[in-house]
Amino acid sequence: MIIRLTKKGLLVKAKELKTDVAVIKNLEVSIGKIVDETWEEPEGPTPFPSITDLRDWDFKLLQRYKPFYLPFCDVCCLCTFGKCDLSGDKRGACGLNMAAQQSRIVLLACCIGAATHIAHARHLIDHLIEKYGRDIPLDQGGLNIDIEAPVTRLVCGIRPKTLNDLEDALDWAEEQVTHCLSATHTGQEGSNIDFESKAFHAGMADQVGMEIADLAQISVLGFPKADPEAPLVELGFGVADVKKPTILVIGHNVPSSVGIIDYMTKKKLMGKVEVVGICCTAHDITRYNPSAKIVGPISWQLRYIRSGLADLIVVDEQCIRADTLEEAQKVNTPVIASSPKNCLGLENSTEEPANELISRLVESKVPGVLIFDTDKVGEVAVETAMAVAPKRNKFKIIPDIEEIIAAGQACTGCNECIRACPNNQPITEAMKAAAKGDLNPLAAILEECVGCARCDSACPNDFPLHSFMVKAGEDNLWKEKYMMRCGRGAIQDVEIREVGGPIVLGEIPGVVAIVGCANYPDGNEAVAKIAEEFAKRRFIVVTSGCAAMSAAMVKDEEGKTLYEKYPGGFEAGGILNVGSCVSNPHIAGAAIKIASIFAKRNLRANYEEIADYIHNRVGAVGLAWGAMSQKAASIASGFWRLGVPVIVGPHGSKYRRMLLGRKDKEEDWYVYDARTGDKVYVGPAPEHLFTTAETKEEAMVMIAKLCMRPNDTTKGRSIKLTHYIDLHKRYYGVMPDDIHLFVRNKMDIPITMKPEVLKILEEKGWKETKIPDPTLLKRMIRKKVD
Amino acid sequence: MSAKAEPWQKAEIAGPQKALVIMKPEVVVAMIKRAKRPILIIGHLATKTDPENVKMIDYAIRLNKTTGIPVVATAHTAHEFVKQGFQPAASMSAMDIGNRLKDSNWNGLDGKGPYDLALFMGLPYYMEFVILSGLKHFSTNLKTISLNRYYNPHASWSFPNLKVEAWNQSFETIISKLGGN
Repeated sequence: MIIRLTKKGLLVKAKELKTDVAVIKNLEVSIGKIVDETWEEPEGPTPFPSITDLRDWDFKLLQRYKPFYLPFCDVCCLCTFGKCDLSGDKRGACGLNMAAQQSRIVLLACCIGAATHIAHARHLIDHLIEKYGRDIPLDQGGLNIDIEAPVTRLVCGIRPKTLNDLEDALDWAEEQVTHCLSATHTGQEGSNIDFESKAFHAGMADQVGMEIADLAQISVLGFPKADPEAPLVELGFGVADVKKPTILVIGHNVPSSVGIIDYMTKKKLMGKVEVVGICCTAHDITRYNPSAKIVGPISWQLRYIRSGLADLIVVDEQCIRADTLEEAQKVNTPVIASSPKNCLGLENSTEEPANELISRLVESKVPGVLIFDTDKVGEVAVETAMAVAPKRNKFKIIPDIEEIIAAGQACTGCNECIRACPNNQPITEAMKAAAKGDLNPLAAILEECVGCARCDSACPNDFPLHSFMVKAGEDNLWKEKYMMRCGRGAIQDVEIREVGGPIVLGEIPGVVAIVGCANYPDGNEAVAKIAEEFAKRRFIVVTSGCAAMSAAMVKDEEGKTLYEKYPGGFEAGGILNVGSCVSNPHIAGAAIKIASIFAKRNLRANYEEIADYIHNRVGAVGLAWGAMSQKAASIASGFWRLGVPVIVGPHGSKYRRMLLGRKDKEEDWYVYDARTGDKVYVGPAPEHLFTTAETKEEAMVMIAKLCMRPNDTTKGRSIKLTHYIDLHKRYYGVMPDDIHLFVRNKMDIPITMKPEVLKILEEKGWKETKIPDPTLLKRMIRKKVD
Repeated sequence: MSAKAEPWQKAEIAGPQKALVIMKPEVVVAMIKRAKRPILIIGHLATKTDPENVKMIDYAIRLNKTTGIPVVATAHTAHEFVKQGFQPAASMSAMDIGNRLKDSNWNGLDGKGPYDLALFMGLPYYMEFVILSGLKHFSTNLKTISLNRYYNPHASWSFPNLKVEAWNQSFETIISKLGGN
């Protein structure tokens, strides 16, 4: 007889089984999965929800926060019926109208983003199981964390204990994204609101995928475990000792970088080779080993590669420039591709002996190799970097000043560079100045440059304009040396216990999550400025991804960064970096845990109730100031379904759909009072679910305002109004014109602002309203009807 | 004045329906005169000084004083208006005003009915691009004019890509022909 515990459950096989009553031949019993009978928490209504199980909840949100579609163009070109002109009230050949087409694009973006994180999680789980086994226990933070996977508990209704247990949730997430993606096929979904609901679903699946990825790597790779005092790590263009052989890792999925550190440790090479990273792999390699260093966010790729500082580049997956191999070849830097999702056209050399690959790279017989074995990546990367470094001698393609001046003199001022620049930077003017030997304008542009190098591509003279900027700004680049607290992972249960009450009552005025990419309209500084503004105001500021790096890239007069000045705990006035992109669910998880730990709500498969709780009570706001990617779209979508508003910077308007409330429509802002069943007007709190801020000043005012929730106590609302009014007066020069919508009774009015607020209330004909026990769900009303 | 109707940011291709090019500022004058309920949307870039030392916000104020067209200041633009002693009709986010203009049942800032002409100035190019597109597709009976100096193809009417002097001159002509100074 064979009894086997597979990844799917229990399998019992018997060739011949003799019992008192019969002889059974070729018996095979398969049990799908083992149910956790020790979990006393009752299962909620939506375990492993299908794509329509939470549709009613989505519709409630979408009824209040209606989509405002912003099409790029008038057509659909997704099938051979098209192109179809969808302008006005036209429909395409398939019958779809413009609203549905735009929501379909939103869903596509969310599916791409979710698939990326979920596939990332799948790769990590497969890799870690293969290397360490299925039964490795999950550990987010030892005794400090009881709710190990709040998102997975909430969505799937399971309580994973080992790596093996994560696979059920991962299987579910993969299935959901496939269903969601299938709905975008021609002739499937026809309603824009249903597309939106599915986008929410993809975002929710994404949250599960990300949580699994980070939970697995934290548990197995020994990352900081919910540690408010996670180590400070070095960040900046100038932090590496580039006299040493230098390996640059770029991407998001850390195992190949771990292979490098492990090999260096094994060979006692730590300190002899520099390992630096860009983007989320950089976050995660510093979580693995704090002696690794971070160059910066994604926009730092070209400037670092062209500066010739890397003797070898290892790319894994996501947000990596597609021309990395070509750019690396220009500076004689070999490349190792290590992800099946990003093979760069290279031959798969995984099975070849390491020494052969090393010699091929060192002798420049190939520009790069593709290796899927992470240990082999480590060996080949380190040995190649050490052998190549003396030969390369940090060869770079950054031009000298004379070359820039000559180019400036030859520039025809055609403006093609400016017209290609996402931020309309005055490159032509800067080239005119360069012609006269003044490189300062080019250096100033680099400060606000997103590093896309579209100016290079557009220049009819083929001037490497981005490299000109790098040269002009190199003195500043070399001074870039900052300290960032590395990703701490989850929020401890004890931290939630301490702040859950003040957050829900409104006395901690809000949780601001500053996340996302680095597609900024005006450089890094805005992120740090916003983070500090809210930390000073005693909000809780949480960061992740590239935004977490940008927050570190400003120093005060004493040379300290925000992470050195503010505590790393989930507390009023804290600034805490949770980690990489896949760490974002720790932010959602904190909100979820407030409902569980503070309010004693059941989490298990109880999504709708908890989302309703968070939406009405937890004053959390996401800010993705430089959101660029489809992953950022799906991350935002996961927050929308939880009822958490998200603000994007101006480039985020190109996501092509906002979810906007209308504060002028009183009928949209009623909730049930769970105590009485009455419908109560609560004002536009929060006013929007997804919107764009045009400037950082507007973003700050929006954040303060979007932290208001119907459940705020009068003390809490008064504190929140103080911040909103104060920021509004500072940046807009006047009192806000909508205060009357947020004052429920006179106790809400900030004491120091009472006379001017009362005057406005009188002018607006304000009337006192009740503070309910708010819910959007009729079933949550506790009053019994006879 | 060049009439080449190419989007300023070259990849921002629109169509088939594209903005008509304002060849002469008199077109704007005629549109404003014909409009029953015009509105002017001013973004934060209008507060920046162009190389010839003119802020577009000054033109916005002069346009308002000449015609009485209500001004909506987006983002923190209101602060600059206030500093100049001017009170815009409203301060709201670009997305909010776009969303309301889209709604044919919105009765406007004064409750007197929907607007029929929205003039835009000072928003980031790409943000104005998508908002104008939203209005093109989802508003009814609303015409839009982009007053920035770059051709923005999702408007009903847009200036072409202009040099600063020509752009400034256009505003002077518009204000003067509307009876202002």
